Amino acid sequence: MTATSGVATGEAARAQTPQQPRRKSLHAGEGRRGLLLVTPTIILLAVVIGYPIVRGVVMSFQKDPGFNRATGTFEGGGFAGFQNYTRFLFNQCPTATGGTIKCPPGRIETLFWPSVWNTILFTVITVAIEVVLGLAFALVMNGSFRGRGLLRASVLVPWSIPTAVTAKLWFFIFAYAGIANAALHTNILWTAAEWPSRFAVIIADVWKTTPFMALLILAGLQIIPDEIYEAARVDGAGAWQRFTQITLPLVRPALMVAVLFRTLDVLRIYDLPQILTGGGGGTNGHATTTLSILVVDQIKQGFNRAAALSTMTFLLIFFVAFLFVKFLGANVIQTQQTQRGGKI
Amino acid sequence: MASTTAGTSTAGRSRTDAVPTYEKPRVTWQAVRKFIGIIAIVVFCLGPFYWMIVTSFRPVDYTFETTLWPTHFTLDNYAAAFSTKLGNHFGRALVNSFIIGVFTTIIAVICGIFCAYALARLQFRFKFLILGVILGASMFPGVALLTPLFQLFTNIGWMGTYQALIIPDISFALPLTVYTLTAFFAEMPWELEEAATVDGCTPGQAFRKIILPLAAPGLFTTAILAFIASWNEYLLASELSSDRTQPVTVAIAAFQGALPHQEPYTTVMAAGTIVTVPLVILVLLLQRRIVAGLTAGGVKG
Amino acid sequence: MINRRKGVAAVAVVGAAVLLAACGGSSGSSGGGSSSQAAAGAARGPITYVQGKDNSNTVRPLLDKWNAAHPNEKVTFKEQSDQADQQHDDLVQHFQAKDPNYDVASVDVIWTAEFAAKGWLQPLEGQYAIDTAALLKPTVESATFNGKLYVAPVTSDGGLLYYRKDLVPTPPKTWDEMMTDCSIAKKNGIDCYAGQFAQYEGLTVNAAEAINTAGGKIVAADGSPTIDSPESVKGLQRLADAYKNGDIPKQAITFQEEQGRMQFEAGKLLFLRNWPYVYSLATKDATSKVKGKFAVAPLPGDSASKPGASSLGGHNAAISQYSAHKLTALDFLKFLESPDTQRFLLTQASNAPALASLYDDPALNKQFGYLSTLKTSISNAVPRPVTPFYPAVTKAIEQNSYAAIQGAKTPEQAIKDIQAAIAAQGS
Repeated sequence: MTATSGVATGEAARAQTPQQPRRKSLHAGEGRRGLLLVTPTIILLAVVIGYPIVRGVVMSFQKDPGFNRATGTFEGGGFAGFQNYTRFLFNQCPTATGGTIKCPPGRIETLFWPSVWNTILFTVITVAIEVVLGLAFALVMNGSFRGRGLLRASVLVPWSIPTAVTAKLWFFIFAYAGIANAALHTNILWTAAEWPSRFAVIIADVWKTTPFMALLILAGLQIIPDEIYEAARVDGAGAWQRFTQITLPLVRPALMVAVLFRTLDVLRIYDLPQILTGGGGGTNGHATTTLSILVVDQIKQGFNRAAALSTMTFLLIFFVAFLFVKFLGANVIQTQQTQRGGKI
Repeated sequence: MASTTAGTSTAGRSRTDAVPTYEKPRVTWQAVRKFIGIIAIVVFCLGPFYWMIVTSFRPVDYTFETTLWPTHFTLDNYAAAFSTKLGNHFGRALVNSFIIGVFTTIIAVICGIFCAYALARLQFRFKFLILGVILGASMFPGVALLTPLFQLFTNIGWMGTYQALIIPDISFALPLTVYTLTAFFAEMPWELEEAATVDGCTPGQAFRKIILPLAAPGLFTTAILAFIASWNEYLLASELSSDRTQPVTVAIAAFQGALPHQEPYTTVMAAGTIVTVPLVILVLLLQRRIVAGLTAGGVKG
Repeated sequence: MINRRKGVAAVAVVGAAVLLAACGGSSGSSGGGSSSQAAAGAARGPITYVQGKDNSNTVRPLLDKWNAAHPNEKVTFKEQSDQADQQHDDLVQHFQAKDPNYDVASVDVIWTAEFAAKGWLQPLEGQYAIDTAALLKPTVESATFNGKLYVAPVTSDGGLLYYRKDLVPTPPKTWDEMMTDCSIAKKNGIDCYAGQFAQYEGLTVNAAEAINTAGGKIVAADGSPTIDSPESVKGLQRLADAYKNGDIPKQAITFQEEQGRMQFEAGKLLFLRNWPYVYSLATKDATSKVKGKFAVAPLPGDSASKPGASSLGGHNAAISQYSAHKLTALDFLKFLESPDTQRFLLTQASNAPALASLYDDPALNKQFGYLSTLKTSISNAVPRPVTPFYPAVTKAIEQNSYAAIQGAKTPEQAIKDIQAAIAAQGS
């Protein structure tokens, strides 16, 4: 076995021996073992998610069956090329004669870009609020005091209620005659006006999933040893300094995982806006339509086009995740290697 | 013996030790801040939930009442939720949700542990690709999985079985499980494993006896999140389950008034309350495990 | 040791996955039906009836009765959820998979054309013909697509105008009359008229009623759009004007059925357009302030001579194309339409029967005060657009009506856009 960083003591020792990309294997067969361990997960994902994705992509290049008015049945399909994509991206609907026209209002194609905008808006606002709240909650919960268990259980309550029930609850709270208007002494049309409906969805979603963030961040906070805080306090660091210099960097991996997954979740959000506002709101009636709502509506009207829409949603999300990983360093492997490199 | 990671000599001090007197004023202010924070959290989280419970005790006629406590308290909605007169089997649905949740959680966490250990601690090719694939699996809109899975499960005769619900739930939980656990395992200092190896442990033993207990907060957190995600899953369950295997989310969607178009919010709220209680109990039981394993002295050998 | 154990586990998982993939590769093959033996020949045998949630407990007693009389052709009940969308998707999934286990399905009136055009329903002609003479005409219209009868009407539904008879002794016969009566509402400090105007299927119902009452027609028999006409604009204009000058209160834009009912029961509405179910609730609810003070009338029309054109609701029973026991299914359809069953559906579940004669029954009229009004309503009803593209058509109508009512676009523009959106179908 080649030399390792050895049994040196503590950070000081680690800092003295900056480790290069490590030696080939800790034990024989590490690579094979690694791949073996990963296999069950990959297989499960391949079957349940990979297969539908591939099938979806294949379907997205087929035409939906057309309606033959003479026979009164649907028939044919055939290859569609990129038509199923361009009709959404450029709002061009094919006509019976083979050309394309700008899609009339009321068609799903016209809602594509508005729903992209809505989805991104929801994502940015919701995740930002949840990070702040989740961090705050986690900091409060991180400590030993009586009733800690009860507090944690109550924090998880919003997350535990099935989404459909939560959506109905907030629909009921935000109804014109509901408690929201009564408590605030207002007459806001929470489910019909443009920005109120968006905020209704955001509020409901933040309420429901802040516990998710708080819990993950809390778990990350718990890993941080007290000694580091003690040492910093002894060194004279104030509370805010301790927070920014110790807490934030050390909780970053857990925080990044939470933010990444929340972002991916909100980009696919369906249940909440569908039940709360039906995707409606604003005088144009689609202030809260998200991409997934559009996909479901499209499924009712044509599978292959819906497959194209799903694929585009997937690509959008992939793009966002890519940006995330690249610029915000959500790459967990990096942590490990910098650790081995003695940096922590 | 394994070395300590922290360089200080104050090993083993727990959070509840008495502090030197000169810090007392700061402690008091901190306690007040903490108290306010706790109240704020409780109001935020439990406020709407309280409204849900209160509504479930109102008679249907008084649904939109705005008083803080029902003027006409009734348990009718709970009776209606559990009644089997119209062929509802809410009790059975609760059991189904529990079965599906437990299996999903156990398998997802085990697979996640294997996978995360490999990704975080072992060296092999394609690691980045695999991480990307796993992340990619959580990017596809769930609604688009419905039709292919429906046809797949119909073809292999799995419609209306528990595995038809468990397997997709596991796949939904896996990306989060793997990523969270990978993050936790990656945080563990290298010296632990190396020291254990030097002491004669096999990698498996080092993993089981040292890494796993340290990652306990992460393990139980992901277990709870996986369980809740499976508990909440509606879309696939609505299509792939049968009367016998339907979970609570589908059973709740089946609540409606006796007349068409009637929507008894109160009964739905009652059902929602019933469905939340087991989860709260579960979390109360498991929340101790979320507390750091560090104070148990794992790192300091 | 660990390696070998993990290796075995991995091989087992891979093996299972290969098995899954191999078996799951082909789509469309059936998963083994219970009645698959001699599928071609035996057209009689046990069948399954699929319907949404049976809240009023009508199906099980009916099936018990049938099963007692037909021990070799028993009917099993497959109950779906109560959500219309989920019921629709469930049927679509099973039909697409050519499932022989769904023999008779309860199909919402608006899905008939879509399912028929996709070839999933057995046309009711030839040996599968049924007699529709005794049924209300509009229900038969809604069951017909492209000249063929595809489903058997079982229950129906029509819109009623609920009004406060203590404030307005004679119900308005035309829309203009109703708008004039709004001064009474203002005098009493309540809102005038509400229907269902949230952005969902209910909006299509209300918009279609306004358009059809004014004489417009949304689609022709072959599904091509005919909505672009001055009559349609007049109809939609009525709703837009009423919303603008407050005769329809602003919050009505969030109303589904229940919110409107609650407002009416709280005494805050003079007129309400809603389904018959409100009648018994408004009479019996403990919090209803309008007990004994309200009555029902047919929807206000364009002129005093003809009542308004209600949209048709209800469910029809269909025989799946993939059923192995179609003759049994046909008999079951006839059973559902028999007078005894129809009467039972009315008395037990307050469902509006498709059978015309029941509406004239004096005993039933005494029990259900709205029955004769409902008959008028359904007899003058116009089905919502009978088109295989119903999901797209209803979306187009919803979106554009929603905008027109709120004044975001003129009714002329909205109607033109609906026309264009429907015309762009099928490609």
